[in-house]
Amino acid sequence: MDQKNKTSKKPKNSKFSQQELPAWKPILTPGWVITSFITIGVLFIPTGLLALSASDNVVEIVDRYDEGCIPDSYSQKAESYIQNPNQNKTCVRTLRVPKKMVAPIFVYYQLEKFYQNHRRFVKSKSDKQLRDADAQDDTHNCFPEDYTADNKPIVPCGLIAWSLFNDTYKLSARGKAINIDKKGIAWKSDMEAKFGSNVYPKNFQKGTLIGGGKLDERIPLSEQEDLIVWMRTAALPTFRKLYGKINTDLESHETITAEVENNYNTYKFGGRKKLVLSTTTWIGGKNDFLGIAYISVGGLCLFIAINFILLYVFRPRRLGDPSYLSWNRQPIV
Amino acid sequence: MAAEASSSSTVQTRENEKKEKMSWSKLYTFSCIRPQSNKSDLGQPGFSRVVFCNNPNRPAYTYPSNYVATTKYNLATFLPKCLFEQFRRVANMYFLLAAVLSLTSLTPFSPLSLIAPLLFVVGVSLMKEGVEDWRRRTTDREVNSRTVKVHTANGAPFTDRPWKALQVGDIIKVGKNEYFPADLLLLSSSYEDGLCYVETMNLDGETNLKIKRSLECTTGLDDEQKIEKFTATIRCEDPNPSLYTFVGNLDLGEEDGMISSYPLSASQILLRDSKLQNTDYVYGVVVFTGPDTKVIRNSMASPCKRSRVERRMDHVIYVLFVMLITISMITSIGSSRYTETTEGRWYLRLLDGRDGSFDPTTPLKSTVLLFLRALILYGYLIPVSLYVSIEVVKFIQALLINNDLELFDELTGKSVEARTSNLNEELGQVQMILSDKTGTLTCNRMEFKKCSIEGNSYGAGDIYEEVRGAYDQRVSCEEESGVEVAFEISSRTDTSVVDMTMFFRVMALCHTGIVVETEGSHTLQYEAESPEEVTFLAAAQEFGFQFWKRTQSSMFVRETDPHRSMVVQRQYELLNLLEFSSSRKRMSVIVRDDAGHILLLCKGADDIIFDRLGGGGRTHQHATTRHLSNYAEEGLRTMVFAYRRIEKAQYEEWASMSAIAKATIGPEREELLEKASEIIENDLVLVGAVAVEDRLQDGVPECIGKLAQAGLHIWLLTGDKKETAVNIGYSCSLLSHDMRLFHLSLSQDAESTKDLKAMKDEIADQIEAFHQEKVDGQVSKALVVDGKALEMALSNDVKDHFLRLAVDCASVICCRVSPKQKAMVTRLVKKYTGKITLAIGDGANDVGMIQAADIGVGISGVEGMQAVMASDFSMPQFRFLDRLLLVHGHWCYNRISKMILYSIYKNIVFGLTLFYFEVYSKFAGDVLYDGWYIVMFNLLLTSLPVISLGVLEQDVSSNNCLEFPALYKQGQKGIFFSWKQIIGWMGNAILTSLTIFILNIVMLSSSAFRHGGEVVDMYYLGVIMYTVVVWSVNCQIALIITHFTWIQHIIIWGSCLCLYLFLYVYAALPGIHTVREKLLVEVVGPAPMYWMTTLLVVFASLLPYVIYTVIQRSFYPTDDQLIVEMRHASNVDFNTGELHEEPVPEVLELELLESIPEHHP
Repeated sequence: MDQKNKTSKKPKNSKFSQQELPAWKPILTPGWVITSFITIGVLFIPTGLLALSASDNVVEIVDRYDEGCIPDSYSQKAESYIQNPNQNKTCVRTLRVPKKMVAPIFVYYQLEKFYQNHRRFVKSKSDKQLRDADAQDDTHNCFPEDYTADNKPIVPCGLIAWSLFNDTYKLSARGKAINIDKKGIAWKSDMEAKFGSNVYPKNFQKGTLIGGGKLDERIPLSEQEDLIVWMRTAALPTFRKLYGKINTDLESHETITAEVENNYNTYKFGGRKKLVLSTTTWIGGKNDFLGIAYISVGGLCLFIAINFILLYVFRPRRLGDPSYLSWNRQPIV
Repeated sequence: MAAEASSSSTVQTRENEKKEKMSWSKLYTFSCIRPQSNKSDLGQPGFSRVVFCNNPNRPAYTYPSNYVATTKYNLATFLPKCLFEQFRRVANMYFLLAAVLSLTSLTPFSPLSLIAPLLFVVGVSLMKEGVEDWRRRTTDREVNSRTVKVHTANGAPFTDRPWKALQVGDIIKVGKNEYFPADLLLLSSSYEDGLCYVETMNLDGETNLKIKRSLECTTGLDDEQKIEKFTATIRCEDPNPSLYTFVGNLDLGEEDGMISSYPLSASQILLRDSKLQNTDYVYGVVVFTGPDTKVIRNSMASPCKRSRVERRMDHVIYVLFVMLITISMITSIGSSRYTETTEGRWYLRLLDGRDGSFDPTTPLKSTVLLFLRALILYGYLIPVSLYVSIEVVKFIQALLINNDLELFDELTGKSVEARTSNLNEELGQVQMILSDKTGTLTCNRMEFKKCSIEGNSYGAGDIYEEVRGAYDQRVSCEEESGVEVAFEISSRTDTSVVDMTMFFRVMALCHTGIVVETEGSHTLQYEAESPEEVTFLAAAQEFGFQFWKRTQSSMFVRETDPHRSMVVQRQYELLNLLEFSSSRKRMSVIVRDDAGHILLLCKGADDIIFDRLGGGGRTHQHATTRHLSNYAEEGLRTMVFAYRRIEKAQYEEWASMSAIAKATIGPEREELLEKASEIIENDLVLVGAVAVEDRLQDGVPECIGKLAQAGLHIWLLTGDKKETAVNIGYSCSLLSHDMRLFHLSLSQDAESTKDLKAMKDEIADQIEAFHQEKVDGQVSKALVVDGKALEMALSNDVKDHFLRLAVDCASVICCRVSPKQKAMVTRLVKKYTGKITLAIGDGANDVGMIQAADIGVGISGVEGMQAVMASDFSMPQFRFLDRLLLVHGHWCYNRISKMILYSIYKNIVFGLTLFYFEVYSKFAGDVLYDGWYIVMFNLLLTSLPVISLGVLEQDVSSNNCLEFPALYKQGQKGIFFSWKQIIGWMGNAILTSLTIFILNIVMLSSSAFRHGGEVVDMYYLGVIMYTVVVWSVNCQIALIITHFTWIQHIIIWGSCLCLYLFLYVYAALPGIHTVREKLLVEVVGPAPMYWMTTLLVVFASLLPYVIYTVIQRSFYPTDDQLIVEMRHASNVDFNTGELHEEPVPEVLELELLESIPEHHP
């Protein structure tokens, strides 16, 4: 009994409990360091070049029209111009295609200094109401755009929907209209799951203060793609949103006429508006930075590798040189 | 069945830990505060207890029941008490605030995501407390429902009753090897003379048996019929914690109707939790029950120790709080500034707002509200998960220490045990070791080595042969000269045989030992209060004086008469026993032999005995003194024997005086007894001296050598005399001959004047002289201090000088130190030098020291469990200390430091990305990540790697740790968790988070990120950034880890993969959150941009650290890194961690040897 007790107290001999699991202890030998830096450099620079060339293949036309679309007579009072409902706000812009653009060509509007990411803005919607026809009274976060003055629930409620972007673009080349396909610009999951196919706009934009665009009350929310796109709040104050797609190629040096209906008020907060036409490649739209970043990091690694080679040549240290041990160095100090 | 019983008794022992601990600290610290009643008036306050035994008409008591609860909580108090403890932590308080605020509209996260972690952290701690308390409760229940035979009613036999049902005044019967259920008054025992033996290990840790005696008037009550008729009243003191005193009277109704009163003392009291041994049964009256018992009265909370690392971590948390408050203020002020000027931003409709945080009309309110929100928002700067992971990691670390085979002692079958896991990392930073000698460095198994009888020293060869030979020779000499009676005790003093015989008699009679019942064996086994006594008894047996029986009043010895070669059985009537105490430093018995001669036999410390020698007794003093100092130089423990003949008349006179002293009730009794013994222990005749050896434990010198190389200062605190201590110092390589030794002691002159000031001045002068002495830097210094000198040196005005000198010395030896001084030295050293101290000891006298030190280590040796119970770590042998400190200490410190630094890093990175986003959203306090992403970050995706770091990291293999003890200095200097490191990691975190955020937002700015022309919105940016952060911090930990087993690989890379799994599952779960897109599958997954961004940003964010590490490791390597390289260079397979077949090349070793000063032999 006693003997048994004694042996049972003896710890088990397992590699884990004895902390003797086989292990890999990486050691930074100069060779290892230099090789890994060079490897990373060698991998990153071509990747960067690839990304850069992809970005280079993107053809992008950007036209800022917020200033240009204000008649000269209103240049000092842009706000009153934009707020005047009786004013004809159509303006014509001319765009030049620098290189051949292969379909699909994406049409975006770009806003600047627009804080869609402001908390007050972001939360001002009701997911339940958007999804569910029976939940039209669920306007919890939507104040002040929750109920109309006569206390009817607004569908879709909230500031996001209320401030719907409502500039419109019509494009034509050589007198012939270019069709902008407004279908398929929203995420499928949004259309299927977040916006109800039996929820119709109600009492929307009926108040005294009109924010942005109006909605066709005959079309269910799930098919109001402009709204769906708008309601995906952007992360940064400068953002683009899809307006539509052009499914025909645009030839190089072609001149495109854009008929812009300049409705949306960005003048009050000094934000710009731009019309963007862009093709995409595998990295998306024009994005030189990705390539540049890859090349810089890769280049930095190569640079470091070279420096280390030099350092090891001029100031070598034998691996595991005991004279570097602190207790061996002390007497000298 | 038996196993069950034994396990329950161990639980019981555990249960008592705390009580015992306390009892000792109390004894040491407050021994001066005994009940201060000089008038022993029973019935007065302090002495008011009245116990009616067997009295059916007794009045109702107000005394508590015998139920003992060691639990900290009950159902009602558990939550409030526990929660209070929990929320004393600043971090927890903060999280409570955050949780409360999360229920308001201020919260940036869902309340669940804030409350859940808090509930988890607090819940885990509560559960731990709860489980521990539940265990205590079950043990309590078990203990309280143990049964004992109780006399119930007249006529009925003794019946079994649970302990808790006992009441004051009950008469109970306790059997052999049973514990006493309450404090009892001993009435009678299975022995005729009312004697019984108890073991008090659970009380004071002493394993030897103690004798208790009943009053003679009650010894007859040895069967149930007599008990039936017995009635008495006990008047005694009130409950108090003093284990060794008892004041009371037993009033007994005599047959003639008179009531006679008998005084009671501690020797009639059987204390709860001590155990009856060697006695078949005893009867006793319950005097104190449950909470009134002395053992329970002794319990107090043990000191709570926290490691330096943890204390510094608190400061780091404060720094993080400052950071949190700063960025919260920036956020709130920033926001209010923008709110005031946001009229332009019509789409926000701020003036129509009902939202207090953004109301331009009430800027102050908005600011405050936003500040509160920001406090919660950036809460991830405070690593709440760290507390949980530290608990988990330390628990596993303790398990690893407990399960280390190298720390297992085959001999005792015990292993090193971490009794608390709080101090694992403190083991890696110890700067000073304070060690007890006996039983700690030595085995505490005494070997009879030498003796000096009548000025002749024996023991150069086989001591028994030598002594017996000499004895035979003398006896035959006597015989030839015609003296007959030499062997008999007579009044003659002129024969040398008499003294020699007397030497053996002192050995065989002057002790408190008893014979252990052994069957068949011719040689007897003994048990006694100290191992020395056992040794003496065994030696006396060898010499032909076999002590074989003890009754209450007599001792029986078989004395071999070499002259007639026959064995004479002698009975010695034990008249008095003057007990040993550390202040008396001697012990005497007064016996009367068959012929009526009265003898006083005395043994004790040399100086004490020499003071008490009579004029005729100093014949051999000179020679004996010389022998004594020789013995001490050999490192032996010495003791001097003396005797005295007492005339009958003289004895009777003294006996009456002594009886008066004994009968006195109250504190002055001791004083009177002391005086009485002073009178009789005088005019002694010196017969000789004995020396016993206490052998060093295995591996002690090697272990101490290693520890010294590791830069640990070692102090030896011992009660032995200087010569012995210094000698042990040399033999265990604490001292070496090339050391400069300073002796600090009082000169005879100064001591004799008893002038405190003179003594202090002398010590101060000596210290000054040592300071002045120029010692070559290479030579290490050692200091030897005497007990008296230490007392002076520790007095207030000299203290600083003394400690400065002592700290400068590699080793310090303090001799003749009392337990109280041990604790005091420890406390002072800790306080004045600020060094981390480790105290190691094995006996009850080391408990004070063990509790006072930063780390207490108990040796589970011969002297019982007292030290172990008070300790934080226990080990069977001293030699395990080097591995515990150099390997486990180093590892744990390294692990915990890295773990804390990394956790801080990880949380800052995560928390700051949230802050940067605010800069781009007008400080509106919005959250970039989904609430559950935030929860999962610490809970699932980054927690396990931290734990694996804390458990499996090994900067250097265990063999290398032991091979290069100087590596331990890393811990002493605290380089792994210095402010430099902390600030460095915080800087790294800020840099990483900036890199991640800036690269991400620039790369994912306005243009499309997918082939399908879609652009990035807030949620996509969130998920991409989240991916990058998770990868970055997990790769960062891979860069920190220097020791990869398959477990780390699985955990780290598994955590990264878990991220995708989590994103997938979270999106697939219906209705958890508003954003339910299949982010991974539909949006980011198919986009090459997502993966390319992840790769680039993760790499770029780690690049600064990588560059720093490469430079540091290549050109400024630290010791641990060098050692790994050296191993690598010498092609040793460190992977397996097994003994290296190929040692370091010799040249290398030599280089090391020469360069380490401590390495010199």
